Amino acid sequence: MRRLIAKVGEWFDRRLQLAAPIREAAEHPVPRDTASWWYVFGSAALTVFLLQLVTGILLALIYVPSASEAWSSLQALNHDVALGWFIRAMHGWGSNFMVAIVLIHMVQVFLFGAYKFPRELTWIVGVFLLLMTLGMAFSGQVLRFDQDAYWGLGIGASIASRVPIAGPVIVKLMLGGPIIAGATLSRFFALHVFVIPGMLIGFVCLHLLMVLKLGINEWPTPGRLVKRATYTGEYHELTKKDGAPFVPYAAWKDLFFAAFILLAVATCALYFGPFGPTGRPDPTIIQTAPKPDYFFLWLYALLSLLPPSMETPALLIGPVIVIAVLVLLPFLSGEGEKSWRRRPIAVLTVLLIAVSLGTLTHLSGYTPWSPHMNAWSGDPVPAKFLHGTTALQRQGALVFQAKQCRNCHSLGESGGQRGPALDSVAARLTQDQLIRQVIQGGGNMPAYGNNLNPAETTALVAFLETLHPTGQTPARDAALTEAQAEGQDKDQDKEKSASVQ
Amino acid sequence: MSNETSFSRRGLFMKLGILFNGLVATAIAVPVVRFLLSSITRGRANAYLAWVPLGSVSAFPEGETRLATFRNPNVMPTDGKTVNTACWVRRVVGDQFQVFAVNCAHLGCPVRWFPQSGLFMCPCHGGAYYRDGSRASGPPERGLFEYPYKVQDGLVTIQAGELPTPGSPTASLIGRKPPCAA
Repeated sequence: MRRLIAKVGEWFDRRLQLAAPIREAAEHPVPRDTASWWYVFGSAALTVFLLQLVTGILLALIYVPSASEAWSSLQALNHDVALGWFIRAMHGWGSNFMVAIVLIHMVQVFLFGAYKFPRELTWIVGVFLLLMTLGMAFSGQVLRFDQDAYWGLGIGASIASRVPIAGPVIVKLMLGGPIIAGATLSRFFALHVFVIPGMLIGFVCLHLLMVLKLGINEWPTPGRLVKRATYTGEYHELTKKDGAPFVPYAAWKDLFFAAFILLAVATCALYFGPFGPTGRPDPTIIQTAPKPDYFFLWLYALLSLLPPSMETPALLIGPVIVIAVLVLLPFLSGEGEKSWRRRPIAVLTVLLIAVSLGTLTHLSGYTPWSPHMNAWSGDPVPAKFLHGTTALQRQGALVFQAKQCRNCHSLGESGGQRGPALDSVAARLTQDQLIRQVIQGGGNMPAYGNNLNPAETTALVAFLETLHPTGQTPARDAALTEAQAEGQDKDQDKEKSASVQ
Repeated sequence: MSNETSFSRRGLFMKLGILFNGLVATAIAVPVVRFLLSSITRGRANAYLAWVPLGSVSAFPEGETRLATFRNPNVMPTDGKTVNTACWVRRVVGDQFQVFAVNCAHLGCPVRWFPQSGLFMCPCHGGAYYRDGSRASGPPERGLFEYPYKVQDGLVTIQAGELPTPGSPTASLIGRKPPCAA
């Protein structure tokens, strides 16, 4: 039997002549210390990419890329086709894992100085692979043609429209017409299924080819500096002296980690299930609060927190700067120290970016900048704020709810967080300041002057004046207090003089 | 010597071959590029800027703002429900209207009307607008987009058809004063 297999193998290799180059590639010597668990993320990214290819093809067996059918075909996948939900869940979770692993791989390569000479082009190709991965994540969200996808496209169009001069043309090219409709979904399908994956496959091959040709980055030793003149010789020396064949010496860790990642994707898919689809992509249903997928949440938060005047420059110039910095990085620091132990700025940069992205993502989990649309009718005024109040003040509490102040201001920890909490507003603002703020607005609050009659304003302010911690006196205008005191003195004087007379 | 001659002759054929391919590629590229740009060139015809009816004037009480829907005049067979669009119609008084796009002027999320507080609020990034569509607070840099409208035979009609987006001339075209307003 073995002989037969060997013979068949020989027959094929006589014609293909691939056995020798494959063996050579597999057994090429790598520095012994690169057989580390830190070096498994690249192969893990490739594994998840292959998983995405397979699950993507499986989904395409059922999915219909038409604006009128896509949503129903996803419902069919979720509910009618045997295990359709599982394949969708694998593809969705695979996408999340792929973005995460590509980012981790990038951070590892950056901290280990692997982008330095002679691996500059490997890094640059990697930057494009990251951009394509993000492109796949966004276009994939569009193919899940639900409400989030529809309004997400609107957000994309709004951003694209801000490009000077070419904006409207870019929007129409992106949407395939004047509105988000059938043509939009079709072109995102073409991008997601043909264009970007085709480019990804090509770039992945290029990336891998360079890893093979240039060798795996050696473990960075503090003090061992990269010099263009001597590096290649030193690397060959290292692999000769302290090298080991990639297979099996280092590859078994890649194999184990790849299997672990596949298992993790499958577990998430089984446990959490597929993503959506949410509501039907019907633009006449406007009771929706669209949100992007996990990896774009930080951008969603950033767009709420940037000052309005900074937004367009940040949206248009920001990505150009980021991509330029990433592409130019190996040219700016192509030589020198590789070890992260001696590159504090590199470590701090990674930490700063990670903390920023993490904070923004966390904030977008509870969107403090959005009004709570149902707080005015849903959240009651806590009883403690009404205890012992006058009829006018209670009327004010009613105005407070009815005019939807609650949508942006919280009381007793419930309500919107767009504006400040009002639990102790009377300790901060005097009566005059409260009236002015309510009527004229300002500081990011709309003016309510046109929407409140004098009686409502009086009642509302009377209620707001009761909102101060027990034992703390409400804010008062010092000048007014003094003037009133003087007035009282004068009155008393008058009374006295009157009584004397 | 003879070797060099034959080489240069083959070299010439090679160059001619490349030139020939280049010419054919250019000739084929013209229709390909025109196909790719069809979404822009189609727009130039402005076919989608037809007037569409929203309903009779009596459906919109004076002083109130109501949600209306219309069907985009530019329909493809695979569009499904996406060609149905919503808009906010405010009847100021008599035949005087304001028709707002539901798309927030910040990033296009659908704004909701709250008659109690007289505000349009956006669920995405917290933009707010007054009843006349002007900016009240939040990240938008301008008021709501307005569609040009006219009242004809007791029907309110608007010129819609294009997704209003900030920063594009389209938005300013849509935001311009309606030709027959007041």
